[in-house]
Amino acid sequence: MLYCAPNKKYSDFIIVRDPDKCIDCRVCARQCSYEAHVYDESTGKVFSDDTRCVGCHRCEAFCPSGALLIRQNPSEFRDNAVWKPWFIKNIYKQAETGGVLLTGMGNSYPYPVYWDKMLLDASQVTNPSIDPLREPMELKTYLGSKPDALRIDAGSGEVRLAGGFTPQIAINYPILFSAMSYGSINLNVHKGLARAAEEMGILYNTGEGGLHASLYRYGRNTIVQCASGRFGVHSEYLNAGVAVEIKIGQGAKPGIGGHLPGEKIGPEISRTRMIPIGADALSPAPHHDIYSIEDLRQLIYAIKEATDYKKLVFVKIAAVHNSAAIASGMVRAGADVITLDGFRGGTGAAPTMIRDNVGIPIEMALASVDERLRQEGIRNQASLLVAGGIRCSADVVKAIALGADAVYIGTAALISVGCTVCQRCYTGKCPWGIATNDPFLAKRINPEIAHEKLANLIRAWGHEIQEMLGGMGINAIESLRGNREKLRGIGLNESEMNILGIKHAGA
Amino acid sequence: MRRATLKPPEGNGMKRVYQKEDVCIGCRLCEIGCIVEHSPAKDVVKAFRNVSPRPEPRNIVEERGPLSFSVNCRHCDEPACLHACISGAIAKDPLTGIVGQDPEKCVGCWSCIMACPFGVIRKNGAQSKAVKCDLCAGRTIPACVEACPNRALVFEER
Repeated sequence: MLYCAPNKKYSDFIIVRDPDKCIDCRVCARQCSYEAHVYDESTGKVFSDDTRCVGCHRCEAFCPSGALLIRQNPSEFRDNAVWKPWFIKNIYKQAETGGVLLTGMGNSYPYPVYWDKMLLDASQVTNPSIDPLREPMELKTYLGSKPDALRIDAGSGEVRLAGGFTPQIAINYPILFSAMSYGSINLNVHKGLARAAEEMGILYNTGEGGLHASLYRYGRNTIVQCASGRFGVHSEYLNAGVAVEIKIGQGAKPGIGGHLPGEKIGPEISRTRMIPIGADALSPAPHHDIYSIEDLRQLIYAIKEATDYKKLVFVKIAAVHNSAAIASGMVRAGADVITLDGFRGGTGAAPTMIRDNVGIPIEMALASVDERLRQEGIRNQASLLVAGGIRCSADVVKAIALGADAVYIGTAALISVGCTVCQRCYTGKCPWGIATNDPFLAKRINPEIAHEKLANLIRAWGHEIQEMLGGMGINAIESLRGNREKLRGIGLNESEMNILGIKHAGA
Repeated sequence: MRRATLKPPEGNGMKRVYQKEDVCIGCRLCEIGCIVEHSPAKDVVKAFRNVSPRPEPRNIVEERGPLSFSVNCRHCDEPACLHACISGAIAKDPLTGIVGQDPEKCVGCWSCIMACPFGVIRKNGAQSKAVKCDLCAGRTIPACVEACPNRALVFEER
């Protein structure tokens, strides 16, 4: 504290240590990767430095005697509706560093969360509700392009589908694990995601960091990503999963690329990403071979050729103002699945200004894309995946009622393995062992425990989705898709309801 | 003097505590669990604050760089400590296989500490007695295993 710049002392958190309970066991000091707790040999006591605390709560969770409490610092600047502490502290930081403010996770501004402004329907009297514990309730979802019409061949006395389908992926739950690259998170988390996806019959996404050799065996549950940096992309990789996702943009940082600093490129990541050890992994802002829908079509078909038309091609964009028109182009370019990532989608590192000010809510993007594709008669040609701020099973149900085929969860998945959303992923010092490749910290994720927790999360949400569907008198998730009649708005204005395509509660 | 093999013993129908060093995070909660379990009050705050000097844990977290693991008595089939003990304080229970130590008989000569190939017997300085793991008699799961937040310790028969 003594030699610290004066305005760094306005710490975000305070560490409250109960002297009657603290046993000076040093667990907090060993767990804190930011050195907010320090053991002093001369006195045999543990001391804390509030200015270093990021509010991850690791120490509080690990303290064996319950002596620690992490609180928001109650010290307040003079109340001002304009100059909130957030802005004041950011200016102090930048005056100190002259640099771009960095952050992690998704948009944390108090923009409206439209999931919280939509209510679900339930059956009463005139249509029976269904008890999913006693009757079948189908959550299985098929991703992929569907034909414009079914052709039936009944010629030989046997009724069969004529023509067949393009490849489809069957998933047991309409929930997938979002793209999180090996590098941004470590191999232990990837192992947990892959094993949970396998157990639950869903998919996880490699992100743009390539696929570690040990994870090829989970191929049936893997989406491999091809982003602007093309890290770790080779023929075997493209054929390793059931789908290839071309990542154009990311909800947390639409329009900008990525940067994994060289210090994080160790031998394993170097081998997987196919870049030299210690070299910065720079993902350009655009794909430099995609400046138009026609260019996108070329890459989609290059990948389809490379995978013998056996793998689905997903195209992912950040939800931006013109998403509907872009999505229409993506479908026409040949994408089998369109992924929309809303502005609440997470990231391992993004400039704070971008994260908090660029993009649009996923609910709006989803509603407008689904509507546009329906109007153009091409909604069947691609499945629609949405990502970015899906927090609970009710959000999943609302997303599907708005028109999504399935959702991606990233932040929710990480929270299930311990993340407390402290938003310091970009430091590489994640005390929970998630967004770090530090060998001391990465061990904090036991893949076996991560697998169980992730699988439990999907299982739990699955039960809840079944209950909600049953309550609406629906026995298959397919019957909910785009069924906006099952949604009502609350506290929404006319334009919001028009875009969402729903009526107000009571109407 | 017979020497125990350095390979941790397995089999003989006995459950032992095994380490998974790839997920041990070096938090030392196992040591705290051990101290609390072997304290009179069995309460974490009392175990540390009402006893002076602080009691020694019977398991030891070994660390070198990111590698760490918590090691406790292997309860060897041919315990070197037993053969080294000059006062007959150490005995192997023929039924449970637990290598136990009677503090009443221990004279604090530290022969067992020198003989143990795993380095898991410690001095309890205050009483001039050796202390070692007793696999938490009376507990279904030893305290160290239950205290481990990352399943880096398992109690099983191998």
